[in-house]
Amino acid sequence: MAVQVVTGNHAAGYALSVAGEANRKARGVACGIYPITPQTEIVEYVAGFPFSKGRVVPVESEHSAMAVSMGASISGARAFTASSSNGLAYMAENIMVAGYYRLPIVMVAVNRTLGPPWNIWADQGDTLMLRDFAWLQFYCEDNQEVLDTTLLAFRLAENRRILLPALICMDAFIVSHTQTETVLPEQNEVDAFLPELDLPHRLHYNEARTLGGLAWPHEGLSMRLEIDEAMKRVPDVYQECRESFLEVFGRDPGDVIQMFATDDAEMVVIATGTVATTAREVVRRRRKAGEKIGLVKLKMFRPFPAAALRDACQSATHLAVLDRNYAAGSGGIFWQETRAAFQGYRDDVLIQNYLAGLCGGDVTPAVIDEVLADLGSRSEAGEPVWMGIEAGEETLQ
Amino acid sequence: MTAMRASGQLRERPTIPCTEDCLLRPGNTNCGGCGMSVGLTMLGRALRDAGDTCTLVIPACCGIVTAGAFPTTSYGVPTVATTFASSPAVASGIATIRDLNGEPGQVICWAGDGGTYDIGMATLSAAAERNENVIYICYDNEIYGNTGGQRSSATPAGARTTTTPWGKIEGKKDIMSIIAAHRIPYAATLSIAHPDDFAEKLSTALSIQGMRFLLLHSPCPTGWKSEPEDSIELVRLAVASGLFPLYEIYDGASYRISVQPDGTDPAEYYHRQRRFEDQHIDLDATRRTCSDRMRRLQSLADQFPAHKRHLS
Repeated sequence: MAVQVVTGNHAAGYALSVAGEANRKARGVACGIYPITPQTEIVEYVAGFPFSKGRVVPVESEHSAMAVSMGASISGARAFTASSSNGLAYMAENIMVAGYYRLPIVMVAVNRTLGPPWNIWADQGDTLMLRDFAWLQFYCEDNQEVLDTTLLAFRLAENRRILLPALICMDAFIVSHTQTETVLPEQNEVDAFLPELDLPHRLHYNEARTLGGLAWPHEGLSMRLEIDEAMKRVPDVYQECRESFLEVFGRDPGDVIQMFATDDAEMVVIATGTVATTAREVVRRRRKAGEKIGLVKLKMFRPFPAAALRDACQSATHLAVLDRNYAAGSGGIFWQETRAAFQGYRDDVLIQNYLAGLCGGDVTPAVIDEVLADLGSRSEAGEPVWMGIEAGEETLQ
Repeated sequence: MTAMRASGQLRERPTIPCTEDCLLRPGNTNCGGCGMSVGLTMLGRALRDAGDTCTLVIPACCGIVTAGAFPTTSYGVPTVATTFASSPAVASGIATIRDLNGEPGQVICWAGDGGTYDIGMATLSAAAERNENVIYICYDNEIYGNTGGQRSSATPAGARTTTTPWGKIEGKKDIMSIIAAHRIPYAATLSIAHPDDFAEKLSTALSIQGMRFLLLHSPCPTGWKSEPEDSIELVRLAVASGLFPLYEIYDGASYRISVQPDGTDPAEYYHRQRRFEDQHIDLDATRRTCSDRMRRLQSLADQFPAHKRHLS
């Protein structure tokens, strides 16, 4: 195990590569790759990795990158890819198919603003656009978490009780291009953590099975129900994978929902990714001043950990949901999900949405302080609040 | 196709043996006179004769509807459905893992002209450029048949389709020239009216490694508004008149015409299909096009001759 100073992209590329290599004694690994800023370094890393039994296929589009990975996965090999922003939008059709095919593909996504206007900075609208596909989704705040969650995702996705693809997300540049000390596990440790893939529904060259043809409504319905049941098993299987990870690597990859100072908190900030890092520091400072403020970091978004989120906010009367994304005509997507999680369980909680850091805007401690000031002054929730709009600034009428 | 029941228990997975010699099983629901069905049967025979097997990779098209509804299938070989534009890319992944594991059998894309000439063009071009170890067969019925008969870039000039109700203005895309420009090891055209030629070319394709492209002229009575019993005769006329020449291209460089047109007038081909209306067809221009096409091909075959070969 070596500590190195690497970028988030390097950490992701390393994790994908050693996970692929760990399947060398089984059916190997293959993936399609295609560049897009800011994830390009990930696929460059993968392309340079000396796989013992694998092939990296540089294709002509994101759509085909996922298609090649699906072909490999459906043949029982380990498969992955990486993408970002408009690349994910272009890939979307095949992302959906990978989920409904129950293929345990792992994809690292660097969250980048969807254009136009063209913008390469952080915004989660790209991966959240994929929220209704049958993929697990995790949002990470630093390089180590990206690496650990990517490795864990293979074991989780390939578990026979799950068999769903997984998306590992990180904020553009803030994580993808920032170098930090990161523990890079040795290949033999990864080998010990990741069992050889034995995909139960894979293609066999000598079995006449048709995958993905027509199905009548009752068959389609039962397949959707099976996905729902698999999604419901994720929290338990995640904990099993987390324990094994701790055992092999001596490091906790983190829970699906992470509480900080929530025990007696009256106001709780709900955040994801690097916004959670900043919010944690604000909460730490204001806790010292005696304020009853806590933070919940949502690491897992699909399946949505509704029960765990309610438990984490038991003492809270006010919730601030920070969204680095905007569903046009509605509001922040984490806010929508949070409201749905509380609806009918606890209707006495004020849940207010703050759109912060859209299109790559900085979410500084001062922004979090503004959010808390607004939240504390509220007796009822209102429309989503747009942060970062200067007073007096006018929009086009 | 999912692996599990809601209980988390794996479904029973009985072995379903392959039947290459009966690649398209009886009881399928394809239309009478469907050229694709005949093509699949001929493909199955070619595989049997070569002692080979295959995995079919089929994008959205009549070919995947052919399979029928889960959990039954009309295909006697492993078959994967892909999104419309993706079959060569999915096939690349499947062929890669086959080769990494030293497994036998061909990976064959079986796609219509919509998935080949149109939406899948970039994917096909990229797979050809990478020289993937895949056979790509386009059954070209010159129409989006599965969606009820819309124009594609394979539809010939003059043909009425639901999106060109007054006849298509533009001519048919010359996909063989595009494929030749990729310099893949083998490309050939096929006709169900010439089964021996079909079998020989399949045999050649099965003996070569790398990307192989086969274009099958596939009559569609529903879309062509022709009689099902005329299907084979129609594509025979297309070959005989030079509308759909039968030839091979090796490495994008050398050519061989495998069946010479016999001077048949293309008029009868047009008259026997109600997708063509006489007032929309310029037969003189068509005759000139056929003659120019054959002269061009013949000069390529003369200057850059390919000798029929079976590679080890």
